[in-house]
Amino acid sequence: MNTQYAKAQSFNKVMQILDRFDRSENKIIPILQAVQEEYRYLPQEVLTFIATSLGVSPARVYGVATFYSHFSLEPKGKHIIKMCDGTACHVRGSSAVIDAIRGRLNLSAKKITTDDMMYTFETVSCLGACGLAPVLVVDDEVHGQITPEQALAILDKIDKEEKENA
Amino acid sequence: MEKYVYINDRPVVWDAETNILDLARKANIEIPTFCYHSDLSIYGACRLCMVEVEGRGLVTSCSTQPFEGMRVKTHTQQILKLRKTIVEMLLANHDQECTKCSRANDCKLRDLSNRLSIDEVRFRRTRPIMPKNLGSECLERDPNKCVLCGDCVRFCDEIQGIGVIDFAERGQNVSVNAAYGKSLQQVDCINCGQCAAVCPTGAIVVKSHIHLAWDAIHDPQKTVVAQIAPAVRVALGEMFNLPNTELNMGKLVAALRMIGFDQVYDTAFAADLTVVEEATEFINRKSNGGKLPIFTSCCPAWVKYAEHNYPSLLEHLSSCQSPQQMFGAIAKNVLPEKLNVKKEDLVVVSIMPCTAKKFECKRPEFIHDGIADVDLAITTQEIGRMIKEAGIDFGSIEPESMDLPLGFATGAGVIFGNSGGVSEAVLRYAADKFNIPVPESIVLQDVRGGSGMREAILADGNLRMAVVHGLRNAQELCDKIIAGEVHYDIVEVMACPGGCTGGAGQPIVHSKKQRNKRTENLYHADKVMTLHRAQDNPFIHELYKTLLEEPNSHKAHELLHTAYRHRKRIDDDELSFSADDGADRCKIRVCVGTSCYLRGAQDILAKTLQMVEENAWGNYFDIAATFCSEKCDKGPNVSVGDTVIHRAELKQIKELIQKEAQRRSK
Repeated sequence: MNTQYAKAQSFNKVMQILDRFDRSENKIIPILQAVQEEYRYLPQEVLTFIATSLGVSPARVYGVATFYSHFSLEPKGKHIIKMCDGTACHVRGSSAVIDAIRGRLNLSAKKITTDDMMYTFETVSCLGACGLAPVLVVDDEVHGQITPEQALAILDKIDKEEKENA
Repeated sequence: MEKYVYINDRPVVWDAETNILDLARKANIEIPTFCYHSDLSIYGACRLCMVEVEGRGLVTSCSTQPFEGMRVKTHTQQILKLRKTIVEMLLANHDQECTKCSRANDCKLRDLSNRLSIDEVRFRRTRPIMPKNLGSECLERDPNKCVLCGDCVRFCDEIQGIGVIDFAERGQNVSVNAAYGKSLQQVDCINCGQCAAVCPTGAIVVKSHIHLAWDAIHDPQKTVVAQIAPAVRVALGEMFNLPNTELNMGKLVAALRMIGFDQVYDTAFAADLTVVEEATEFINRKSNGGKLPIFTSCCPAWVKYAEHNYPSLLEHLSSCQSPQQMFGAIAKNVLPEKLNVKKEDLVVVSIMPCTAKKFECKRPEFIHDGIADVDLAITTQEIGRMIKEAGIDFGSIEPESMDLPLGFATGAGVIFGNSGGVSEAVLRYAADKFNIPVPESIVLQDVRGGSGMREAILADGNLRMAVVHGLRNAQELCDKIIAGEVHYDIVEVMACPGGCTGGAGQPIVHSKKQRNKRTENLYHADKVMTLHRAQDNPFIHELYKTLLEEPNSHKAHELLHTAYRHRKRIDDDELSFSADDGADRCKIRVCVGTSCYLRGAQDILAKTLQMVEENAWGNYFDIAATFCSEKCDKGPNVSVGDTVIHRAELKQIKELIQKEAQRRSK
């Protein structure tokens, strides 16, 4: 029952988002951002609905959604972990952190979300925080000069919290 | 005072050219380009058209406006090197299997590589080989041949107003794709094929059915008859470097017999029949207060477009089948007896300027008890290739005449291939009824011409006609008609620029002049004919006497008319809001497609959800938003359980839900 309300409310929110941005084609990116925040990804049928509402072709909306790596057409995990692999972070040892996290979560460059939908781990090219390299972002919280051990400790903490809440 | 631009130090008069590339063409210099197309917006992506402008350095000639006294160099050492490098880089990722490519003879990339004397590619491939997309009855896509010029994307969006394909992904991974990477069959592609016609390489090509034609011809059981569409006769010659004269039609007939077709007929005969049926339908609607304007229904791309986008106008479409299908219906009805062959052994092959005809002949409406009215549609290009495969020297063979009776047409049927032709042909038929004093070969200047949207007001305003080609123009006109801003009696729509003569099944058009020449030649073909009005065709009279009784008779309706249905824009799942626990719930479906949305479906959905939530009826109901329940003219559409409600109002829905909830709570 809760699921039903959650889904319905999400969709109601999509309609509110569309209204908030005047159903304007020019505001397609903020619309997609807001919708992705609601669903954690961009479901295909919601994209079609957005296209219909904005009066543009679904192919155009799909093009925009696939252009920006910020947008995801696949469902993402509850916790989103981003590791910077830009030049500075790479030089300061991001690879080791990436390997450690992937190893722990059983993920790869292609498979980025765990089967239990708990974690999504992705690498990004630059977070603009090169002074803190290597940088890890866990659910919008920035961790600078991260080591593989620290990264795994963060995961342990999240796991523990999730267990307590379950 | 004339203004001059200096190209390679030689003065060129600058008239109204908006870019250097066009100006250079005037000065007989062909600057290479992939993405510049005079009908489309300027994109400037391929960078091949770089030239050097004094004081400015290198600029793209397609997007740079000339100015007086401008000095341009088009082939400096640096430019030549640059062009070579660009083409080499394109070739590095290009599937270079030219010997197996149907566009090899018309490929701009191949031509350019040749012109720039490229004999080796210094770069290695960087993009992975991608699978071909074979998803449509009419078109095939091969992303490994795509140069990402975007001509197809812009044509579909700017000229056809559909935008079924667009760029997806970014950088290295960018590709031209339909929404969600679906095949063209799963989305609202109308099969006009113009994407293939503008493609400079073989990345989108018309699907070939040549092998099926050969199979039928080589099957001794089968009697194979051909019908040739009007526009084929003014374009086929281009494939053999022959001038497009009337002779080519006769040569084509001879070539078809040499190939092994048993009978050769004219689709223009069926076009005459279409004129009689459609004009009669129009006159009836006009005098009985029926749905006006009547939209023509000869163009299968337009019909599919209307089915996707204008469900409220479907009742306005003429119920007449297209000439191709009328021919098929008549052929399958009269020829078995006439040719002494079993119906299932008769194969009707149509030779068409059109790619959408391949889709049309597969529509279930035109297949009865497993027997299709038209078995196979092949394009002008495909028949040209069959002639070449058979080794026939097309330039030298003697012309022959078509077979009777289905090979006899009047000029009215022949001009169907031009945009404006259907209107003119209908008018020639209906002129008497509206007391329009015209000679029988009326030349309706108002409906002729190249503009995408034209109109003719006749009989003191009693007969108002509009002619459009290109579906963006059609869209504009339909919106105005729905809004009540304009009123017409007849609207002719052709999807392709210039009508069927500019169809995507025709040889590749390299210039507007070439297409205009076809239009002109088709009007010439009408001029030299003895009869110009469909009602004067003696074989049409005979057909009504022996089979159809009279225009729009019951029999005629059975054989020659059809119906249309609304189509979804995209194959999509509905957006379900219910928990996925398999419990038995009453299904509530609210359509939130465009047309229902405009009529307030959003409010109904929101309030329905609210009502169910407030009353905690989540276990009783499974609510979902659907994108189209395909009854858009009657929206908003809502279904509660098995009850479908058109023109739904919130109050009524609430009552139904209330009732169902009470029933379930007991």
